[in-house]
Amino acid sequence: MKKEIIISGFGGQGGLAIGKNLAEAGMAEGLNVTWAPSYGPEMRGGTANCSVVLSDKPVGSPVFARFTELIALNEPSLSKFEEGVLPGGSVFVNSDVVTDRVSRSDLTAYYIPCAKIAEEVGNPKVGNMVMLGAYVAATKILKPETIEAMIQSMFAGPKAKFIPLNIEAFRRGMACVQ
Amino acid sequence: MEKELWKGNEAIAEAAIRAGCDCFFGYPITPQSEVPEYMSAHLPKAGGVFVQSESELAAINMVYGAAGAGMRAMTSSSSPGVSLKQEGITYLAGAELPAVIINCMRGGPGLGTIQPAQGDYYQATRGGGNGDYRTVVLAPSNVQETVDFVQEAFDIADQYRNPVMVLCDGLIGQMMEPIEWHPVKKRALPPKDWAACGRKGRDHHNIITSIFIAAEECSDHNDHLTAKYAEMEKNEVRWEEVQCEDAEIVITAYGTPARIALTALDTLRAEGIKAGLFRPITLWPFPEKALHTLAEQDHVKAFVDVEMSTTGQMLDDVRLAVEGRKPIRYLGRAGGVMPTVEEMIDLVKSALKEVK
Amino acid sequence: MAVVYEKSKGLTDAELHYCPGCHHGIIHKLVAESLVELGLLDGAIGICPVGCSVFAYNYFSCDMLEASHGRAPAVATGIKRTHPDQAVFTYQGDGDLASIGAAEIVHAAMRGEKFTTIFVNNAIYGMTGGQMAPTTLIGQKATTCQSGRTVEQAGMPIRVAEMLSTLDGCVYAERVCVTDIANINKAKRAIKKAFEKQMNREGFTFVEVLSTCPTNWGMTPLKAVQWLKDNMIPYYPLGVIKDKGLEV
Repeated sequence: MKKEIIISGFGGQGGLAIGKNLAEAGMAEGLNVTWAPSYGPEMRGGTANCSVVLSDKPVGSPVFARFTELIALNEPSLSKFEEGVLPGGSVFVNSDVVTDRVSRSDLTAYYIPCAKIAEEVGNPKVGNMVMLGAYVAATKILKPETIEAMIQSMFAGPKAKFIPLNIEAFRRGMACVQ
Repeated sequence: MEKELWKGNEAIAEAAIRAGCDCFFGYPITPQSEVPEYMSAHLPKAGGVFVQSESELAAINMVYGAAGAGMRAMTSSSSPGVSLKQEGITYLAGAELPAVIINCMRGGPGLGTIQPAQGDYYQATRGGGNGDYRTVVLAPSNVQETVDFVQEAFDIADQYRNPVMVLCDGLIGQMMEPIEWHPVKKRALPPKDWAACGRKGRDHHNIITSIFIAAEECSDHNDHLTAKYAEMEKNEVRWEEVQCEDAEIVITAYGTPARIALTALDTLRAEGIKAGLFRPITLWPFPEKALHTLAEQDHVKAFVDVEMSTTGQMLDDVRLAVEGRKPIRYLGRAGGVMPTVEEMIDLVKSALKEVK
Repeated sequence: MAVVYEKSKGLTDAELHYCPGCHHGIIHKLVAESLVELGLLDGAIGICPVGCSVFAYNYFSCDMLEASHGRAPAVATGIKRTHPDQAVFTYQGDGDLASIGAAEIVHAAMRGEKFTTIFVNNAIYGMTGGQMAPTTLIGQKATTCQSGRTVEQAGMPIRVAEMLSTLDGCVYAERVCVTDIANINKAKRAIKKAFEKQMNREGFTFVEVLSTCPTNWGMTPLKAVQWLKDNMIPYYPLGVIKDKGLEV
């Protein structure tokens, strides 16, 4: 089993954080993981992306030209990376921001209204958790309990009040693809 | 041991603190700025000293001062900044001072790019500054090795009274990977009775210098250094061989390209192609004998050297070791573009076709 | 029998290599005596420059480091930050400090590094054979300005003590000379004061000592002293330029 994932969006949209959450959760489940960011001027408002590998074998290359999944948080990300997805792969589209559709027929497309659901849950910042939920539910590569435990430890101490919010966002994301 | 997810540059800094680094002197440059950032926040809490210097030149000379006074000192930078440090590195080597220098390489020449590259191989392994000297160069290819090597680098430096460089690239500095903080073996180290740290009752004064103005004296000093480098070559050379036992074609690569090669090997082996990887871990001393021995094996038909450098820098050392016994093909990408798994596979296949 | 005079314990018995009439020997003695009299010698760490005083490590009896050209203030920073209770000093000439090492001295002063710099200004590069320094006077001849320094070619000479005194981290800057007994005594007081303020952790301390270079000036030692008085002192005025303690 090996997942190679590109998560891409505007700087500040949280794509790098989604990648980090996937890597953390993968590590917690005993997988071999890497997280490699694009870095540079695009951090300041352009399109930023990261490459994540989740694998049951040691990870060789942490970067790749073809990948199993794409999480596209903005339109330039979809147009730039769609062709790199391996046949049979999946694309997760942040459909509140991206109006384009996935054009290839050999891919499974999921349209997740992250911002809308985040608003409904009560905090626009938890859109990332919605997307994470969708990814976890669709790929079944990670256990939902692992993510929820990770959320518990992420918001330890005074930030504990954010736990229910994030867990709800995560579950709503999962529900989008179930 | 529990695994923790660490970003390469922050792990470098934490590893240094755990290795007893007394002081860090640095200057911001992408893609290594997380090292001084982490040090500024954490080293003083551990009882150490952090100074953001006015330049890389000043930073390496602060290292010279602290190291000369007996401290475990470190600095880090990326390629253009490491060029500026060369003055200090040759003085460290000449004055026989231990220090750890991190180069998180980016593309050049000149300002180049902030993306990963390996164009500083010559600079790192051939001295880089003026005069006859060597620095041990450790080249990790993942974050775990990086933290292990940073910790060990301090011991190597102290053992030989010589600067040690940990040469990684921007990707290793920027990426996150699970690591374990397992104990790194400590070496038995000689006392720093040479340090200029104040006499405090000592019956003589200690002098740290790299000047030996009389030709005979300077010649003797060079002989002494050369003998020391021979010791390092004997004791410190390291490499890794992956699936080389039956390999018909061997990829030579270090750092990030070496781990990209591991992915290429999986595909090649799955297709029945007997490919292997020879990975130098110390770039100086270069594992010349081991590579030479491998080149002499009948089953090895050809080599493919892969670097993030277009001119082929390690390629020179590979050629020197292979001594024309087998053909060598080269794949180089620079300027922040990394060689891909697919390119490696294609070149391996075409190289094999040529020799079969 | 009473001992009237003895050589400072701050100096070794090595024979000085300096030219006849050069003031380095006097300045070394003043630094050494100051360290001894303040009880700092045993813990002291000195840094020598590149230039005529490159071998000063042979003459001072404390622990010494030889820095690369101009970098002594950076080297001293590395030492003092890790040895905050010990006296640390750099001993630098004008080419070393005011030219190639301008960045290092300015930033050490800016940071208020708690070491003392003894800056020996003889308005010329001595060791390399009499080339123009940043402190070479207008009209003064040197091997790289053979008809004399001009403003057009090289600008006006730099007054380092005044420049550094504009930085808050520099708590003490004084310019002295050692041309006669009275000035030698003043110079020693300045050097001692700089070390005292260093040990009080007040900040960066700086003593500029005007010095002769009979060899490269092409003069007898006596004539060189007169030239210093007639030409250097008017441009580089003697006295306390900054003393934060006095201002308070």
